[in-house]
Amino acid sequence: MALNESFVGKAFPYHETYCVGVEKIREFARAIGDENPLYVDRDAARAAGYPDVVAPPTFAIAVIMKAQDELLFNPELGLDFDVVVHGDQRFVHHRPIVAGDELTSTPFVDKVRSAAGNDLISLRTEVTDPEGRPVCTAYGTLVARGAA
Amino acid sequence: MTPAFGSVTVGDALPPLAYSVTRKQLVKYAGAAGDFNAIHWNGRVARDVGLPDVIAHGMFTMASAGRIVTDWVGDPGLVTQFEVRFTRPVVVPDDDEGAQVELTAVIGALDADARTARVDITAKFNGQTVLGKARATVALSG
Repeated sequence: MALNESFVGKAFPYHETYCVGVEKIREFARAIGDENPLYVDRDAARAAGYPDVVAPPTFAIAVIMKAQDELLFNPELGLDFDVVVHGDQRFVHHRPIVAGDELTSTPFVDKVRSAAGNDLISLRTEVTDPEGRPVCTAYGTLVARGAA
Repeated sequence: MTPAFGSVTVGDALPPLAYSVTRKQLVKYAGAAGDFNAIHWNGRVARDVGLPDVIAHGMFTMASAGRIVTDWVGDPGLVTQFEVRFTRPVVVPDDDEGAQVELTAVIGALDADARTARVDITAKFNGQTVLGKARATVALSG
C-alpha cells in the first residue's frame, strides 16, 4: 500500500517535552556497554565544562522516539509497522545533549516513495530547547519490506 | 585528551574495538532506548517476519560503532555529526556468547577551516559489513 503523500512537508509537533535525566543517560550508556566518564560521572562532566553528564551521540533516538512513533503509527499514513526495518540514520548535533535539558521534538515527513516492492519514508526531526534554539536534527529512513 | 587537529592525517587508523552482543544486552537496550519491537528479543516473532532469528537493534549497532570514535576523541560532545546505513542485520543467538562484532575506523577526511575530522567506520559481523557509509564528524582541538 502506498504511503499517504499528503504527509510530505508537514510538521507533526509532539505535545510533550522530553526531560533528559542523569539516570536515563547512565542507563543508556550502560546498555550500549560504554562507560565513558562523561556519560556517568557528574563531576567529570562538570570538570570538562558541561553542566551535567553528557548524552552519547545516538541518545537523541530515545528523545525523539515517542514523537516519531506518534507520526508513524498514524493510521492515515498507511505504514505497515509489522514489516518495518531501519534503513539509515543521521544525527546533526548543534550542541551536545546534557542531563537537565528539556527538549521538544518536531518530526517532519521529508519524502515517501516505493522502490523494489518496499515503502520508504524519510523523516527529519528537529529537537529544540525551551527557547526554540536547535539542539539536534535527526534524519531517518524506515523501510516497510514488501509493503508496496 | 582530545587529539589536536594538526596531529591527525587522512588514512590514520583509530584503535580497533570488538564487542559481543547478547540477548540480555538487547533487552537492556530496549528499555534504555524505549524500543520494544519484539524482533529484538523474541525469536518466534523474528522468524515469523522472515528474519533468521532475533536481530540487534540497528540503533544498538550504531551506538556501539560510535564507541570507536568517542573512545578515541575522549569527549563525546565533540561528535557533531554521525550517520550510518543499516545494510545487514546482526543476528544474536540464544546463547551466552552472543554475536561478535568487530569495529575498525580511519580518518576519511579533514576540514582545515572547520577544524574537524571525518571518521569512517567499518563494522563487521561474520566477516561481512553490517553498516554502510558509517561516518562521524569530530571537532578537534588546536
